[in-house]
Amino acid sequence: MSNKLTYQITKGIIKENPVLRLVLGTCPTLAITTAASNAIGMGVAATIVLICSNAVISMLRKFIPDKVRIPAYITIIAGFVSIVQMLVKAFAPELNSTLGIYLPLIVVNCIILGRAEMFASKNKVLPSVLDGLGMGIGFTAALLCMSIIRELFGNGTIFSIPILSNFIDPILIFILPPGGFFVFGILVAIANKLSDNKDNSQKNSCAGCPRGKSCSIVSDKEGTCNV
Amino acid sequence: MFKALAACFLASILTENYILNRFLGICPFLGVSKKLNTAMGMSSAVTFVMVLATAVTWPIYTYLLLPNKLEYLQTVVFILIIATLVQLVETILKKYIPSLYNSLGIYLPLITTNCAVLGVTMLVIEKGSIDPSFGYINSLVNAFGAGIGFLVAMAIFAGVRQRLEKCNIPKTLQGLPITLIAASLVAVSFLGFQGLIDGLLA
Repeated sequence: MSNKLTYQITKGIIKENPVLRLVLGTCPTLAITTAASNAIGMGVAATIVLICSNAVISMLRKFIPDKVRIPAYITIIAGFVSIVQMLVKAFAPELNSTLGIYLPLIVVNCIILGRAEMFASKNKVLPSVLDGLGMGIGFTAALLCMSIIRELFGNGTIFSIPILSNFIDPILIFILPPGGFFVFGILVAIANKLSDNKDNSQKNSCAGCPRGKSCSIVSDKEGTCNV
Repeated sequence: MFKALAACFLASILTENYILNRFLGICPFLGVSKKLNTAMGMSSAVTFVMVLATAVTWPIYTYLLLPNKLEYLQTVVFILIIATLVQLVETILKKYIPSLYNSLGIYLPLITTNCAVLGVTMLVIEKGSIDPSFGYINSLVNAFGAGIGFLVAMAIFAGVRQRLEKCNIPKTLQGLPITLIAASLVAVSFLGFQGLIDGLLA
């Protein structure tokens, strides 16, 4: 039993890493990873929302009618996002200004809706909470990994501590938008290489999608759906 | 006045491009940009919903939430308005303009959770709170420009991807990684527009 519960946490960190393996939540991944401290802030905020919304959705899974489940989930998630937003505004105003618009946009982060649909709506409260925790840690780890690369090369620092800036000139483009796409592309390629079955990632990204079954884009075979 | 609106419109297409500079709406950008016609269908649907959503959320925020000190409800209210609006547009199109529904319809359900739509409605509110002269008309123009910027980026990228398909790509980079690297190169080209707007309309 405890093995199973541990698995719920660990699977999100490597095997089903939401960012690198399931390719969910790309927008915040690209946008806020210009500095490692942002990544931690974003990761923690998203993890809190993920745990709370997973817990509540799992508690209510027998009461939410199937037809209106997506709006119901969105409302629950939006409620928790508002709470987190107010807490960040009150206790970490600096973080609030650096994350800016991306903090309220956690609402439409597909990781959270995807986990609600895929896991919390079918499982008991405790596994759902652990799943949320694991996915949150996986999300934070991926953000941190990416932001360390971008901050180190783009600014010569990690967590604002100068590392490379005494030896080489910072490669500014890593911090600019194109660098985000580039580093993310390389990281996904590395994750694919390490896990060695790259078809999996695309299959999973649809499975994690709340609209997996009804999505007409996928049924038309128009491409990988990362909506 | 006109000059300011034109600057706002051009800026939201070129220098503040929602996909390539702000990273909003990356998912449809990577997901449905394989063919030009689906890319255009998706982005026209997004433009339509963006303008409509801004047209509805701006007055609600300014005249309902702000005077009653309910700004903290912004996230909840906006996402619900967008979800309802998308549903409403879908129903109306299906009933009265079936031809348009057939071309845009399949993309509409995907737009509810598109962060570009929620992003634009929130960003215009933020801009308005910094600069009081940024009113309703400016917000609508900004939303329309953001939609057109989305369309431009999607169209360019669809062309790039069609070429990529004929290329011989290393196995590890196939699929998503090479798409992201191509997107990075497109984003580099958009960096070239930096400072253009100020120079053009100064």
